[in-house]
Amino acid sequence: MSKVRVLVGTHKGAFILSSDGKREQWDVSGPYFAGWEIYHLKGSPVDPDRLYASQSSGWSGQVIQRSDDGGKTWQPVDNKFVYEGVAGTHQWYDGTPHPWEFKRVWHLEPSLADPDTVYAGVEDAALFRSKDGGQSWQELSGLRGHGSGPHWQPGAGGMCLHTVILDPANPGRIFIAISSAGAFRTDDGGMTWQPINRGLRSAHIPDPDAEVGHCVHHIAMHPSRPGVLFMQKHWDVMRSDNAGDTWVEVSGNLPTDFGFAIDVHAHQPETIYVVPIKSDSEHYPPEGKLRVFRSRTGGNEWEALSKGLPQRDCYVNVLRDAMAVDSLDTCGVYFGTTGGQVYASSDAGDSWAPIVRDLPAVLSIEVQTLS
Amino acid sequence: MIRVLLPAHLRTLAQVSGEVKVKVEGPVTQRSVLEAIEACYPMLRGTIRDHVTQQRRPFLRFFACAEDLSHESPDALLPEAVVNEAEPFLVIAAVAGG
Repeated sequence: MSKVRVLVGTHKGAFILSSDGKREQWDVSGPYFAGWEIYHLKGSPVDPDRLYASQSSGWSGQVIQRSDDGGKTWQPVDNKFVYEGVAGTHQWYDGTPHPWEFKRVWHLEPSLADPDTVYAGVEDAALFRSKDGGQSWQELSGLRGHGSGPHWQPGAGGMCLHTVILDPANPGRIFIAISSAGAFRTDDGGMTWQPINRGLRSAHIPDPDAEVGHCVHHIAMHPSRPGVLFMQKHWDVMRSDNAGDTWVEVSGNLPTDFGFAIDVHAHQPETIYVVPIKSDSEHYPPEGKLRVFRSRTGGNEWEALSKGLPQRDCYVNVLRDAMAVDSLDTCGVYFGTTGGQVYASSDAGDSWAPIVRDLPAVLSIEVQTLS
Repeated sequence: MIRVLLPAHLRTLAQVSGEVKVKVEGPVTQRSVLEAIEACYPMLRGTIRDHVTQQRRPFLRFFACAEDLSHESPDALLPEAVVNEAEPFLVIAAVAGG
């Protein structure tokens, strides 16, 4: 029988939530790496027991952990992330040049083909890759070396490379997103990159056709249609049907189009989910009602999903990497909140129930569907 | 041998409890003690001092014999009481940040 494993990164450790395919009874294990910030952990699609975790703290910096037994035991691997060549400068908040400085790993993306290969999106924005299971890391410096690099600027959360999407149909193609530089794509395995931000409109940028400078919060893709991308931008929900070459807004009837998380149904590539957040100055749901919005039309037409979610006095946030889906027959949808709740739906969003209510603030959610 | 007390999170990371003891060849300085620690416990590389600059991480401090040595040269000799194991070399995490 199938099983589901939910990997939860929080401000004070990692947790692993496990259930059988019914998704009714859950076992909660953790905290792992208690007291440390776990920005992200994710399993290899090739070897689901191979997990990678980003562990960091303001006191002791970055650690990368690896498990080879599905999270029962962990071992620290290499944590040396050194920019290739002269690090150079990007723009600081006030527009002055600021040296590139490694701060932490935001996102770990294991290869679709090799459990020993994993990508790391870091702050200050860069993409690293390990080909030896995390024992060493090398920067894919063509990204940071793109001519626009000196003009990139941090978002409120830092200048982070937070999204890494590997194209299952084209091994050389990778999509990444940076707050607040925008989205980029490589078609040659990371040697060269191009910005893919045409069609994005950001009120804080004087030039409506600016090549970079957009605060992209997250991007999602369905593996069966790798040319179709869905984006939650700072404001605006967007889609692209040509691998990011151009974008169109699909915010439609959402109550607010600000938000962080976005994901795609496991079996319906035009069914997408977002969690609208009131605004960039009020990071909580509108009207104190926690609602997921689902579009079955790839955007524009949205329905509120609220059954089982708090509909009064709820002022949590759902961060960019804190939503994921399983691939069971009735697609499960999961998200975590800054209030420490992890909600699950085993019916594609029609109804919700908390798996846990009182974890530390949730930074990330990943789901593994195990046979 | 040099006695070293690490902060709690780094003891957990290194899978040790209480003080650790490391062997230091040559002059006993912050640098030589940290190099000995990192050689014995490779998972601590980068967590006490930066990989590239070798600078002490900002929210950690070095103490010995009730004195703050954080701003001493990394090549300054540590107190004799540390050398002869009467006192430990302390790596202290700042009590700040929530």
